[in-house]
Amino acid sequence: MSANRSRGEIWFEALAGKSLEPAPILSGSGMLGGESAQFIAVVPDAHQRFPRAASNVVGLEQGWLLAKTVRATMIADSHAAERRPIVAVVDVASQAYGRREETLGLHLACAAAVDAYASARLVGHPVIALIVGPAMSGAFLAHGYQANRIVALDAPGTLVHAMGREAAARVTRRSVEALDALGETIIPMSYSMKAFDQLGLLHRLIRDIDADAPTAGHIETVREVLAAAVADARQGPPDLSNRLSSPQAQKNRAASIEVRRRLALQWQDN
Amino acid sequence: MEHLNFEYPAHEPVKQRAHVGVVGSGDLEVLLSPHDGARAQVVVNTSVDGYGQIWKSVLDRFFSRYAGVARIEINDFGATPGVVALRLAEAVEASES
Amino acid sequence: MSAYDVFLARRSFIELGARERAGAILDEGSMRELLGPFDHLESPWLPLQDIVCQADDGVIIAKGTLDGRPAVVLAIESAFQGGSIGEVSGTKIAATLELALRECEAGRPVWPVILFETGGVRLQEANLGLAVIAEIQSAIVALRRHVPVVGVIAGMVGCFGGMSLAAALCSYLIMTRQGRLGMNGPEVIEQEAGIQELDSGDRRLIWSLIGGEQRTATGLADALIEDDAQGIAQAVRAACAHGPVAPARSEQVEKYLKLLDAVDPATIDSASMRLSWQPAHATAPGHVTEEGV
Repeated sequence: MSANRSRGEIWFEALAGKSLEPAPILSGSGMLGGESAQFIAVVPDAHQRFPRAASNVVGLEQGWLLAKTVRATMIADSHAAERRPIVAVVDVASQAYGRREETLGLHLACAAAVDAYASARLVGHPVIALIVGPAMSGAFLAHGYQANRIVALDAPGTLVHAMGREAAARVTRRSVEALDALGETIIPMSYSMKAFDQLGLLHRLIRDIDADAPTAGHIETVREVLAAAVADARQGPPDLSNRLSSPQAQKNRAASIEVRRRLALQWQDN
Repeated sequence: MEHLNFEYPAHEPVKQRAHVGVVGSGDLEVLLSPHDGARAQVVVNTSVDGYGQIWKSVLDRFFSRYAGVARIEINDFGATPGVVALRLAEAVEASES
Repeated sequence: MSAYDVFLARRSFIELGARERAGAILDEGSMRELLGPFDHLESPWLPLQDIVCQADDGVIIAKGTLDGRPAVVLAIESAFQGGSIGEVSGTKIAATLELALRECEAGRPVWPVILFETGGVRLQEANLGLAVIAEIQSAIVALRRHVPVVGVIAGMVGCFGGMSLAAALCSYLIMTRQGRLGMNGPEVIEQEAGIQELDSGDRRLIWSLIGGEQRTATGLADALIEDDAQGIAQAVRAACAHGPVAPARSEQVEKYLKLLDAVDPATIDSASMRLSWQPAHATAPGHVTEEGV
């Protein structure tokens, strides 16, 4: 990891240049497949008013500012023939943990971000999540998980999970080693990105990219993957149904598919 | 976790299926449904290992007074024999009401 | 009926299991459970970890009516694995909301009522729990335009984790005093930030920060109802009858950025928050406040 910049900052700048806004929410446009796309990243904020939300986490301000940024993009395109892509550059260690956060409704701040991204998708913006670092629990729900398509760098430090290893070990009363062992056979518990890919939620896992110091070639590759994801998103419905269509999903989310099938049958019987 | 299976002779038809309980700590759920033939079938999934004999004696006692041709599925999370007996009785009552 | 008779007639909602709660809310006799225990749609992941399954995986889907109008109650059973969301339990919720959306789009509105009693993601299914919560959230946002999505947080488990975001997306939130609504559980805050930040053993403090009374007093929930099954059933009907809410709370970005801007992180506490965050009463559309009798 670069001493000065977070993964979110590195990749935001690589793809969109200088941000129009300061930390914690970087936003600005970059070119993808010949069109202008809005890039949004959550980055550490040394001047953060809420001390427990100074690193790359989604706290109160981050949640509401994400919502503001996404909605501004929606308004800007409200009369456009085609809505521009929105790329969530995801490098979020967790939601903020703090008393003030809970008191002041962090759950609502994060929900506002969820709402904005989902609304943007529903109105026709292709929303793409680009995972360049951790994509953890509530922070990922707020920033990235409402995307039409999710792509991730297959690199050390990229991760999707509901809770950090040590905390999860404590809560489930197991050792970290035991948890890791469980993750080998129980795919949804695994901390490996390759295992996450087996759940069918990723559109693309991008290999051979230096996540900390990408070359021009690496950046171009990622740009191409993003553009292809945008095109793919535009071909399908604006919901999340594509997450159940891959061979991996049919294998490892078979229960998700079966529940939907059986529910639809029973819904009608009267 | 253990899976235990039991069978008992039976002859009374089961009126309707019934479900009681929750798989909470110290509790269990019982699913009782009509079975065919002349035997009642019990399947126990329990989080506590090594109590096969206790399950047998609880069920022996239950079936000494219950003759339903039933399939009974139990999902148990460490209930005491008393709670097991209670839930079984509740299930029977619900199936006969 | 005297006040005493009314008091005696009260039936605790909190003491009811999820299935009974659903039945208590829907019109009498109208309840029809979908994907119930006898359908055996159980967790594929728990047995791999020697954990006994519940046959309905801890979520009850109950179709029925509310004052004769089609409705569906999605009730989380907190006694099983803390009401945590796994692949099957979460998909039952997401799929039901998606079906309700299709009905609404076809001109046959269905009122969804979610009984939130959950600690969030079931860690034994981690990434599938998280993924399905995103799907639940997506469905609520889509459905909310057509019909009000009503959430009830009664306690004692409350609503935490990713599902607290889902609750915040709802058109209306009904809480009891015993209910709590927060993103991270108090134990997790204490663990991550230290006991000075939050003493998870200080129950009074916890409820004063995230309990039903505080959440309603600060506009983060819409109705504070006594723990009474009939009272809650009535509050649910009143919320449904109000119709869709626009803008929803989670859409009011400028309002909350302004409120947050005015907060001094060094001095903010539950009392000072009430002063500035309390909602405008009575005339605010969709604001439903009914105290129990």
